Formats: sequence, C-alpha cells, structure tokens
Amino acid sequence: MSLLEEMNQKATALGVPLSAHLDITWRCNERCVHCYLDHEGKGEMTTAEIKDAIRQLSECGTFFLSISGGEPLLRRDCFEILEYARGLRLNVKLKTNAVMIGPKEAARIKQLGIEQVQISLYSHRAEVHDAITKLPGSWRRTIDAARRLKANGVKVSLTNVLMTYNSGHAKAVKRLAEELGVGFAVDPTITPKLNGDWSITGLGISRQELEEIFHTEEFVGDVAEYCAPVSGVDDDILEGHSCSAGHTLAYISPFAEVFPCVQFPMACGSLREQSFREIWWHSAALSELRSVRVRDLHTCSHCAHVAYCSRCPGLAYMEGDFRGPSSQDCEKSYVRTGIPSAARSRAAGRVAGVASGLVQIAGVLHAAS
Amino acid sequence: MASTETYIAQSPDIAASTLGDDTIIMSTLDSTIFMLNSVGTAIWKAADGATPLSRIVGEKVCAEFDVAEDRALADAEEFVAQLAQHGILSVSAQPASPREAL
Repeated sequence: MSLLEEMNQKATALGVPLSAHLDITWRCNERCVHCYLDHEGKGEMTTAEIKDAIRQLSECGTFFLSISGGEPLLRRDCFEILEYARGLRLNVKLKTNAVMIGPKEAARIKQLGIEQVQISLYSHRAEVHDAITKLPGSWRRTIDAARRLKANGVKVSLTNVLMTYNSGHAKAVKRLAEELGVGFAVDPTITPKLNGDWSITGLGISRQELEEIFHTEEFVGDVAEYCAPVSGVDDDILEGHSCSAGHTLAYISPFAEVFPCVQFPMACGSLREQSFREIWWHSAALSELRSVRVRDLHTCSHCAHVAYCSRCPGLAYMEGDFRGPSSQDCEKSYVRTGIPSAARSRAAGRVAGVASGLVQIAGVLHAAS
Repeated sequence: MASTETYIAQSPDIAASTLGDDTIIMSTLDSTIFMLNSVGTAIWKAADGATPLSRIVGEKVCAEFDVAEDRALADAEEFVAQLAQHGILSVSAQPASPREAL
C-alpha cells in the first residue's frame, strides 16, 4: 500500500476531510464551451468568510487544498487567501487558466510554496485553444505563464480536456508539455452543468477516440494491464466506497455551500448557517452517502467492472440516482475492456451480472488462445 | 569548548497536518511526503530550534515511550537527517536566537 493510500485509509477511518476543493469564485475571464459552471458572482464569500472556511478545514484535518474557480485570480484577494492557507501549512494546489500570471505573480506563487499550479490547455494550436476558451490570445498568455512558472521553479501540470473541438490533439499537447518541462494529464470526461443541463456532454469525444486514448501507452502506461478485465470481486471491494467524495473529500462553493465534491451537487449545508465541522459530521446528506457501500449499488455491485470502474457517484446523482451507474463511466469501462457493463447489458435486454460478465471474459480469452 | 548538541527547527517550506496520532508532512521543495508516527510527531512538535535534540529525546521520547535513551537518540538522529535531507527540518549546532525560535 502506498503512503497516500495509507493516509486515505486512515482518514476514512477517522472521518477526516483530508482533501478539500475550494472555489473562491465562479467568475471567469474565459467562456469555455464545455464549462459546467455558470459565472454568477453575486453572493460570493468575502475574504473573511473564505479565510474562516480554510481555518475550519485545517482544524478538521484537511491537508490537501485545491483553490480553484472560475478563475481564482480574478479575485483581488487571491494571493491573500493563498498566503493564509499556506500560513496554516496546508498543501495548496492552484487551478487556473494562468492568463493573469505575469512575472510578479509567478514569483509570488513560488515564494508562497504552492505545491502545484494546474492549468487547462486545450490544444497545441492557439486558434483551437482560443476558440474553446472564447478569449483571443489566451493560448499565448497561458503558455507564457506556464514557462514563467516553470522558470520560477513552480511545479506545473497541464490538463488536456478532450472534446470534439480538439479531437486528436492530445499527443501533440503532451509533446508540448514535455517541451515546456511540465506535467501532463488527459481528462476524457465532459461533465454536465451543475444546474442539470446535460447538453454540453454532447461535446465529448467519440467512442473511437476514447478507445484510442485508452489503448495508447503514453496515456495509460501498460495498455494490457489497464484494459484487462478483473474477474475477482472480494469483500474489501464490496464493503468499500466508489470514491472519496464525502468521505475524505469536501467541496466548498464560492457561496459557502458544502458538497461532497465539485461534481456532486448534493447540498450538505451552508457555512453561513453552520460550522464546517457540524456539516461534515452531522449532515443528513453526507450520512446517507457514507452509509452506501459498493454492495448496496443496485446495478454496479453485480457488474463485471465493479473491481476497477471509475464510477462517479456525483455523475450518477446527476443522472437521478447516486446508488445507480454513471453512464459515462459505464462507457469508459466498456471501451477499456470491450465488455459491456451491467447497466449496458440491462439496457440491451440481456441478463446483467458478474456471471454474464465472466462468461464474456471467458469468451474473450478463448478467442485469443 | 565546542558544543556537541544538535538543534532542530521546523522549516517554513512544508505543509503539515495531524491525522490521528500521526503527522503528515510534505516538503514544498521536492514534494516528498512523510507520515510521522507518534514518536516522530513528538520530536517534530518539539523542534523549536532552541531545545537540544538530546533533551527532546529525553523529555518527549524516553519519558513517554519505553525505549533506552542511547538507542532513542541514535534513531532520532537518523530520523532528523532524513527530514533535513528534504528541507523539512533545519539542523544546527547552535540554538536559534529567541527571535528565530518558533
């Protein structure tokens, strides 16, 4: 078990929100075509409220804090907030489009000991990136900022969100990240808007392209291992949870609302009415979420992919049932292994279940031998 | 006579949090992460730059845990060297001035 896994296991047992994601604003200077937020600024937390939220998180045991938005640097107090969080010795990541990071900001980020700056970069081609962000010149400014941060010794990671607009660009973006000497990650999921509008998910990449990504070593490492179905399901898996949302991860919106995760819009309480500790320990929504084990998932617990599926309970919640499957993750499991998920099989009128999954695995192995 | 004492101080270039009886510490210089057990946590908390390591071991380790002092000091020196290597602790042969001490 890795040290991080050990930490997470201990935090789960103790009920500690080891990681928190804090959006300090939803306002943004870009208007990305796939963005899941609206950009309302009215009612945002004040500087004092944000500092108090961070203090409360720290007192509850948070170690990893992601400060994001919207574009967090649009707030004039962004550096004051970062400085406050670092003063509490939190491990701070900053998620930004970086277009406002000039020489002074880059030096300040280094001086504050920010662990990493995560930047979305949609393409190696400026015109494609700018068409997605709808901010002319944003690619140039983002790339310049990435170079600047790197030159200052700040760890930078570029995230390439895959969609129809930038289809086929991931390898070139990865090469660009390598040239810049910064980290790189692909994100193949376009999530619905938090207001329940699913229309933007239509921008997601095709199954064919997803299959190519999942079968390319430079994106997933050992392809055979990544795409191999896992047939054994033990009690540890069935007694476990889908992900850390609400267990060791909390999300706080710019409006002081607490949720299990940024992609899980199940309201748990407001810091304007209760302390974070009260919400974290006593929210009915969080208690219900934590009571659900993998074995309680009505469809997924019987699915052939249950041992390794990236099932997002937040996306399942947005589909209407957080105990149910998340279609996008069913698709990913299918594309990885070629084996339909229980939800897909059910939809197709076939008998769902581990047994049917194993029959199909056996068929694949037989065909290959 | 030259001092043979070692003084240890927590670096500002870290992130740290308590998790039960343990302490999580990450160097912001090289992102190395450590989870200190209760003995390591006791030493870490006492690392004020002004208290000699031998006194920290005597008062915070041997008084609390069932371990011989020479063995505990040797282990503590190894532990301190490991953290210092990643910039998590600073080590000095002189105590920090009152202003520098935490």
